[in-house]
Amino acid sequence: MYPETYKYTNDHEWIDMATGRMGVTDYAQKQLGDIVFLELPEVGKIVRKGEQVGSVESVKAVSEIFAPVSGTVVEVNASLAEKPEGINHDPHGSWIVTLTPAEPAEAQGLLDAAHYAELTK
Amino acid sequence: MTPAVSALRKTPLNAWHRANGGRMVPFAGWDMPVEYSGLGNEHRAVRTRAGLFDVTHMGQVELAGRDALAAVQRMTSNDAGKLRVGQAQYSALTSPSGAFVDDLRVYRLANDHFLYVVNACNVQKDVEWIVEQAKPFGDVAVVDTSSRYALIALQGPRAHEVMQALTDVELAPVGYYWFTHGEIAGARGMISRTGFTGESGYEIFVPPQSAVKVWQAILQEGRSAGVIPAGLGALDTLRLEAALRLYGNDIDGATSVLEAGLERIVAWDKGDFIGRAALAEQKAKGVSRHIVGFEMVDRAIARRGYDVYLDGVKTGAVTSGTRTPFLKKAIGLAYLPIARTEPGTEFEVDVRGRRAKARVVSLPFYKPPKG
Repeated sequence: MYPETYKYTNDHEWIDMATGRMGVTDYAQKQLGDIVFLELPEVGKIVRKGEQVGSVESVKAVSEIFAPVSGTVVEVNASLAEKPEGINHDPHGSWIVTLTPAEPAEAQGLLDAAHYAELTK
Repeated sequence: MTPAVSALRKTPLNAWHRANGGRMVPFAGWDMPVEYSGLGNEHRAVRTRAGLFDVTHMGQVELAGRDALAAVQRMTSNDAGKLRVGQAQYSALTSPSGAFVDDLRVYRLANDHFLYVVNACNVQKDVEWIVEQAKPFGDVAVVDTSSRYALIALQGPRAHEVMQALTDVELAPVGYYWFTHGEIAGARGMISRTGFTGESGYEIFVPPQSAVKVWQAILQEGRSAGVIPAGLGALDTLRLEAALRLYGNDIDGATSVLEAGLERIVAWDKGDFIGRAALAEQKAKGVSRHIVGFEMVDRAIARRGYDVYLDGVKTGAVTSGTRTPFLKKAIGLAYLPIARTEPGTEFEVDVRGRRAKARVVSLPFYKPPKG
């Protein structure tokens, strides 16, 4: 269910530390329901771990997206913002931004797939 | 504080909802399904096929007796005297200031017998108000009959054929806002051509013990037509597209019927009623604010409670707003100063700290295709 190669946050983001791509988890998209809007940051934005990098909205609710690690936003997925429902269909394939981590060691504080699955049981 | 689940009231369909994927939420003291297969899917089903809603949480109050009509005329703004037996109307229970105690539907069950269908959140308040207002009238009994009915709504362009297949009563002659009695899937009930989705359809009042049987029969009969169960989430986005005001969001005890753009339910010529003098004065002087529909110009979704700014000055708040699944636009309702309510007027909404541009559009956002 949750890709083994990703790391996860308690706020339901995933990050692929190999590429820096991040998104929101299957659990998050299920809680939100039909996603209709994705707000992206500016490329070049510098964020600290836990700071907001964007927001995802369903018909019912708004959910902020937080940076799993500190870093620089080097890429945003503008085509996903055009079709944000892609997050419902393929949450772990739908990257939202690419971060260049400033302190890769921060990733050690994130959850692995098994622990994240346990958290969302 | 959210009441504990055990304290929430349950409709006779509660176990069915839970067993069939309903995501349950507390609503007005009831444990209700907000969605089953997904809000967008359910919303689009109602616009293109049909959706089935459990709206048993709505309240029912009946007034009967020789003076029932006079009492109804006194406490509601529309002209119940124009109702034939078998006909219903949208109306307001008005306060002395011309605001809403509640909005409601008034059904004429018999010459001297009326049924009010009121909002779930207001039942207790309404019953107390109605009893009080009925007191000066000699022969009128007021009874809260909410527990006697399960209320099921089948809404959408395929609703008619599905309902007709389940009853021997000829439904074609039952016009919009008329109702009839008969057996539906073997249960005795009242079939009303009303709803809260902006789509044609029926609301069925049946005894609670028949609710599951009727519900399942409709789903089974409607399967080939694509009928699916739909939750309160879709009901809210559907009614917003149709610009139907929701009590507690768009209208309340501080909103006048005229400000809410509902003069069509003010029967000026029917004689006096509670709030008439205040409304007549507002009409003569002109209201200072009025409800508007808007679309977002900037990429953002305006939601209920977000502040509204006109020329940089805070003037109010969004009363309802979302991005709706059928029109696929961010739309909403808000109150603006009367001079600035023309379609095309631009204003700003504070979307979590960012000012996003919105534009007034004419209502409703959505009208069903004719035919």
